[in-house]
Amino acid sequence: MSPELVAALAKTGLWVFALLQVAPVMLWLERRAPAFMQDRLGPNRVGPLGLLQGIADAVKFIFKEDVIPAGADKALYLLAPALALVPALTTFLVLPFGPTVEIAGHRTALVVVDSDAGILLFLALASLGVYSLVLAGWSSNNKWSLIGSIRATAQMISYELALTTAVVCALVPAASMNLSAVVDYQRAHVWQFLTQPIGFFVFLVASFAETNRLPFDLPEAESELVAGYHTEYGSMRFAMFFMGEYMSMTTLSALGVTLYFGGWSLPFVDFSQFSGLVQALLGFGVIMAKVAFCLFFFIWVRWTFPRFRYDQLMRLGWKVLLPLALLQFVVTAALTVGGVL
Amino acid sequence: MEAAVFAVFAATALGSAIAVVAHRNPVYSTMSLVLTLLSTAVLFVLLGSPFLAALQVLLYTGAILVLFLFVIMLLNVGRERRLPGPVPAQTWVAGIGAVVLFGATARLLLEAQGGRTTAPLSEEFVATRSLAELLFSTYLLPFEVIALLLLVAVVAATWVARRPSADEEKTP
Amino acid sequence: MSVPVSWYLILAVALFSVGVFGALTRRSGIAIFLSIELMLNAGNLALVAYSRQLGDHAGQMVVFFALAVAAAEAAVGLALFIAIFRARRTIDVNRINLMRW
Repeated sequence: MSPELVAALAKTGLWVFALLQVAPVMLWLERRAPAFMQDRLGPNRVGPLGLLQGIADAVKFIFKEDVIPAGADKALYLLAPALALVPALTTFLVLPFGPTVEIAGHRTALVVVDSDAGILLFLALASLGVYSLVLAGWSSNNKWSLIGSIRATAQMISYELALTTAVVCALVPAASMNLSAVVDYQRAHVWQFLTQPIGFFVFLVASFAETNRLPFDLPEAESELVAGYHTEYGSMRFAMFFMGEYMSMTTLSALGVTLYFGGWSLPFVDFSQFSGLVQALLGFGVIMAKVAFCLFFFIWVRWTFPRFRYDQLMRLGWKVLLPLALLQFVVTAALTVGGVL
Repeated sequence: MEAAVFAVFAATALGSAIAVVAHRNPVYSTMSLVLTLLSTAVLFVLLGSPFLAALQVLLYTGAILVLFLFVIMLLNVGRERRLPGPVPAQTWVAGIGAVVLFGATARLLLEAQGGRTTAPLSEEFVATRSLAELLFSTYLLPFEVIALLLLVAVVAATWVARRPSADEEKTP
Repeated sequence: MSVPVSWYLILAVALFSVGVFGALTRRSGIAIFLSIELMLNAGNLALVAYSRQLGDHAGQMVVFFALAVAAAEAAVGLALFIAIFRARRTIDVNRINLMRW
C-alpha cells in the first residue's frame, strides 16, 4: 500500500462519510424547517425534536413492498436509480478541502484528484446524471413518467449550459481549471461572489434547476405529473433517487462554495499555524459549514417561491440566464486582461 | 497497474462495442455505446490527456447520446425485427470484410511502428496549459471555423426538424 | 510496466472494424448512426495514441475538433431522421429507397 494510495483512500473516505450523512439530516431538516416557517411544529414524535425521523423513514423504505410495474423494461428500470447516485458519488473527487500539507511525513494536496482539468471532470461527471432521468421515465411504461422525464432532461441539459458558462467565468481570473488555484486566488484577493455577482446569480439559479428543486421542480411535482419520472418507483429505489438528489445538491453547493465563497479558507485566518491533520479537518469543516448553509438556503427557497411553468422555465434558461452568463464572461475577461482582477 | 487498468477498460470497450452492434433494442444499443465511450475516456486518461477524457464524457456521453435517446423516445423506435429466412449474404460479406479490414490495418500499423519506443509521460505533456496555448495560437482559425460550423448545424437541425407548416402538409 | 502504444492502436482498429460491421449490417437508421459514432470514437483513440507516442499535441487538437464535428453531425443527422420519419413513418433503411435505381 503506497502512501499515495492510503492518502487517496482516506480523503475519499472522508468525503463519502460526509455525503452519506447528508440524506438523513436533510430528511429531518426538510420537514422541521418549513414547519417552523409555516408556524407549525413538524415531526416531533420520533426521538427528541423528531431527530430520529430519518431512521424511521429508512426503516419504512426497507420494509415497503417492492413493485415492478408490468411491461416495464426490467434492466433499465433497475439501472436508473443506481445511475442517479453516480454523479454525486464521483464529483467530489476534484474539490479541494485544504492546502498542500504534510501528514505523517508525506506531502499531499488535500484533494483526491489534483488535476489540471479538474472543473471539466466535475462537469463531465455531473452531466451523467441525465441518464437516470431519461431511463427512469422510458422504462416505467407510463405516460406521466415519460412526459416528466422528457421535461426533466430538457431542463437539465438547458441549465447545464448556463451553469458551465458561469463556472468558466469564475475560472478566468485564476487562469486555471484546477480548483485549488481558484481557492488560492480567492485567498490572495477577495471572494469571487463580490467580483462576479451576475455569474454567481446565474450559478445559483442554474444549480436549483440542475437538482430539480423548487422553483424548478416541475418534473417531480406532486400536483403536476403525479411524481414525474419516479412515479413508478417505490421503497428503496425511490430512496435512491431521493439520496441522489440530496447528494448532488451537496456537491453542487460545494462547487459553488469553492468558486464563489473561498472554499476551505476563511478571510483572516491563517491555517498554516496548525499541524497537517488539523488543517485537513479544519478545512473540511469550513467547507461543510458553508455547504450546510447552502443546503438550508435550498430548503428556504423551496418553501418560499411558487413553481415555474415549463415554458417559463425553458425561456428563463435559454433567453435570460445564458445571455447573462455570457455578459459576465465578457466583463470578467475584459477586467482580467485590463489587470483589475 | 497500468496494464491491469488498460486490460479491464479495453475489454469493456470492445465488449460493449459488440453489444452496440448486436442488440436489437435501440435504447440498449445506445446505453452500450455510452459504456464504450466511458471506457475510451478512461483510456484517454491513461494516454495522458485528461482534458480530452473530460470533454468526451461531457460532450459525447453527456449531450450527443442524450440527443440520440431523445430521438429514439420521440419516434418510439421499436425493436429491429430479424428478417425471416437464412442470414442474408450481406451479413457474411460484411463480417468477412470487417475481419479482413481489422487484420490488414492492424498489420499495417504494427509494421509502421517498427519497434519505436515511447517516452514516459511528462508533467508538461499532461497539463492543459500546453493544449490551451496551441489552441489559441496555431489552431485559432480552425477554432473559429468550428464555432461557425456549430452555428450552421444548429440552424440546419432546427429547420430540418421543424413541424411542417399548413401548406407544406398538403403536398404528398 | 507501461502499456505499449501498439496495443491501443490494435484496440482502435478492432473498435473500427466492429463499427464497420454494424454500419453494413443493421437495418435501423439509428443503429447505423451509432455504428458510425463508434468508428469516429475509434479514430479518436488512434489519434490520441499517436499523439502520446510522438509527444506532439497536434493529435489531441484534431480529436478536439473531431468531437465538435461529431456533435454537429449528430444534431443534423438526427434532425434528418425526424424529418424522414414524419414523411415515411419508418426508419428502416430498406424501405427508404425512393432514390434507388
